[in-house]
Amino acid sequence: MSARVLVGVKRVIDYAVKIRVKPDRTGVVTDGVKHSMNPFCEIAVEEAVKLKEKKLVKEVVAVSCGPQQVQETIRTALAMGADRGIHVEVSGKDYETLGPLQVSKILAALAKKEQADLIILGKQAIDDDCNQTGQMTAALLDWPQGTFASEVNIEADKLKVVREIDGGLETIKINLPAVVTADLRLNTPRYATLPNIMKAKKKKIANVKPADLGVDVSSRLEVLKVDEPPQRQAGVKVETVHDLVGKLKEAGRI
Amino acid sequence: MLLRKVTQSPAICSTVFRLQPAITGAQRQTGAVVAVQNGRFYASQAAEAVLDKNVVGSDATMTAEKLDKMAIVESKSFAVNMFKGQISTSQVFPFPSVLNEEQSQFLKELVGPCSKFFEEVNDPMKNDALEKVEELTMEGLKEMGAFGLQVPADLGGVGLTNTQYARLVEIVGMHDLGVGITLGAHQSIGFKGILLFGNPQQKEKYLPKLATGEHIAAFCLTEPASGSDAASIKTNAVRSPCGQYYTLNGSKIWISNGGIAEIFTVFAKTPMKDEKTGEMKDKITAFIVERSFGGVTHGPPEKKMGIKASNTAEVYFENVRVPAECVLGEVGGGFKVAMNILNNGRFGMAAALSGTMKGVISKAVDHAANRTQFGNKIHNYGAIQEKMARMAMLQYVTESMAYMVSGNMDSGATEFQIEAAISKIFASEAAWLVTDECIQIMGGMGFMKDAGVERVLRDLRIFRIFEGTNDILRLFVALNGFQNAGNQLKSLQKALKNPFGNAGMLASEITKRAKRKAGLGTGLTLQGTVHPELNHSGELTVKAIEQFGAVIEELLLKHGKRIIDEQFVLKRVADCAIDLYAMVVVLSRASRSLSQAHPSAQHEKMLCETWVTEAHERVMQDIKFLRSGTSKQIFKNLRAISAAVVENGGVVSPHPLGF
Repeated sequence: MSARVLVGVKRVIDYAVKIRVKPDRTGVVTDGVKHSMNPFCEIAVEEAVKLKEKKLVKEVVAVSCGPQQVQETIRTALAMGADRGIHVEVSGKDYETLGPLQVSKILAALAKKEQADLIILGKQAIDDDCNQTGQMTAALLDWPQGTFASEVNIEADKLKVVREIDGGLETIKINLPAVVTADLRLNTPRYATLPNIMKAKKKKIANVKPADLGVDVSSRLEVLKVDEPPQRQAGVKVETVHDLVGKLKEAGRI
Repeated sequence: MLLRKVTQSPAICSTVFRLQPAITGAQRQTGAVVAVQNGRFYASQAAEAVLDKNVVGSDATMTAEKLDKMAIVESKSFAVNMFKGQISTSQVFPFPSVLNEEQSQFLKELVGPCSKFFEEVNDPMKNDALEKVEELTMEGLKEMGAFGLQVPADLGGVGLTNTQYARLVEIVGMHDLGVGITLGAHQSIGFKGILLFGNPQQKEKYLPKLATGEHIAAFCLTEPASGSDAASIKTNAVRSPCGQYYTLNGSKIWISNGGIAEIFTVFAKTPMKDEKTGEMKDKITAFIVERSFGGVTHGPPEKKMGIKASNTAEVYFENVRVPAECVLGEVGGGFKVAMNILNNGRFGMAAALSGTMKGVISKAVDHAANRTQFGNKIHNYGAIQEKMARMAMLQYVTESMAYMVSGNMDSGATEFQIEAAISKIFASEAAWLVTDECIQIMGGMGFMKDAGVERVLRDLRIFRIFEGTNDILRLFVALNGFQNAGNQLKSLQKALKNPFGNAGMLASEITKRAKRKAGLGTGLTLQGTVHPELNHSGELTVKAIEQFGAVIEELLLKHGKRIIDEQFVLKRVADCAIDLYAMVVVLSRASRSLSQAHPSAQHEKMLCETWVTEAHERVMQDIKFLRSGTSKQIFKNLRAISAAVVENGGVVSPHPLGF
């Protein structure tokens, strides 16, 4: 198969870090904080590389949008087996307001430019938990989508996707080209080995600006404030159901 | 350990004793000498020496220039100069930053996967219980490239510099020292000889498989009768008459990776003809020995206190045929090969242990911040606070030393053996203390296997013993320092033979000593080198170095060559040297943080100032003790007590109960 896969990878604050809200409550502290690739994006890269190893796709291209630092994330994808990278430069204010709508416009434009046959993304990012980019990208391209994938197989020129849904598992067959978003149980990402990281140094990362792709990254959303979750209050024990109902009525809950 | 003999300065000593008591008119003519007429011991003695008519004119041909050249085979090493009471800052200030943008970037990319592997795949408790590194982990480490970190990339390795290697080894040290030793015995010493001394053919033949971990390497020096006294090994390699091979016979003990290695760096005595005398002498030669040569067997894995996952075994060589191409370095040059290998790998230990300490400190903090006793979290109590602070300081010093030494090595420094030895001594003892205190903070929990700290303590114990016991390394540091200081005195002695041609130099040397003796500064200063906020600490350090240089000279003049045997003195001298190097290293690091306005700069300043203040006290105390008459008596007593106990086969004093 001569298919080309586009994989989106997002640089997020590392899952193990304790998040702190900035004193001015406009966002969270990111300076000097450990960042790494979004775990669901790792799973997406792993799936793409697996497809390449099975010789079902020819080339895996890793894409990330953001400032200079996202190159680290792209390099990690290259170390895992992606063939080349594309860094879409977005920085400063634009980066702070960059969201699923803008990213999906960028990915759609890139998919057309690179003539991609398949886009694999993580189902959501662990910083904003939007769960929108995959779906929006498919809509912009008018491509079918297989979201929350826990299994992906290419059969003839169709894609069989097993999806994790509330009621259990749903299996769908969609035409290519398509957008797939990776869920937790799709695979276990490999460790980047040191020799692979060295090889990755030689792989190319192209630089592109959103304007080059004809994409306007201005946001329609304005963040008013960011707060920590409220401190958990102590609970109250009651003796009977009667008391419970009484207390709830008092608190105006019922 | 081959200890080169310390030179004595007979000329100074002898001229000192051939005193001309009266101060003649000639003295007034020798310019600056007059300035120091306070009758201080050295000043007057040296001044008199200058006048000794027997000495003057004997080497009149020795010009001032020639002498300057001789005196200046100056070493850049800070430690070497500190023994002379001098401060050479080139290797210590500013704190080395040796990674370029690309190397830094690359290293950052390696840290993540490496840490992840050790957090998620490697199971140190399992490894300790099995007394073996788990198969899956070994495979993972090989795939990861962890077995060839410093092998050049074109031979299949990762090609890391010393500093980059140190950073990764820190991660290993933080998680599992047993694995650390398996990796270290393989690459830090096992095949380091091939990297340092191998010819191109040897490198091409052996390094690729060693880099992937397909072959494991081991370093074979120690024998049942030869530990610290490495020069006394008995394993021998006899050259065949045709010259094509050597026949190796002998046995080595406590060889890390001995049971699993394929490639051994073996040190054996080879009979050689001394070119000058024609007689046969036994000199050590290093060999690359492959298990496949036949005749190489090993014993069962030793049962140890710690680093249980690391394989330690006896290795036997019975009539092993080693091709002549497998000689590593020069025939007869094996001792140098061994010492260089060990010297080259020492920084790795300090780096690994600084990682271990970091890990252990987080556990202690976690406990202290959450444990409530007497109504408060225990970190609010002074007793705990002192422990935590000391742990933090020891870790800071160790880390600074590790990266100072690796930075120096990467910058091409050739003289770092004293500093490397100091870093090994310091790191191993600091790590032990820190881990011990961590267990103390954790109380009963610390003693329990599940907490994971007791294993670290057991693993750490060997670090004070292997790769040169700390006791031997202390002697090495002291004697190496004395030798250099002795050479300095030697050049002074030569200067004394032509005092008029060297009046300037002599005068300044005399002045220096007199000032030092009087407790005045000799003009040395670190102002302008350290960050202004650390000036006071800088001055304390300078004072300590000046007095140290003075006491070194005094000891040399007092004992001469016999200083080699004065181990009670040498130990204390080494302790001072270690403290002084530690002071300078933290001054350098804290200065850099202040200059770069790191968020942690003020905290580092506190660590630095506290350390320097206490170290200064220790050094001054030691120097005072060494100068005092009490020290002589104490040493005498210690010697006598030891002799009595040995003679008695144990404790001498009878039981207080009488039976």
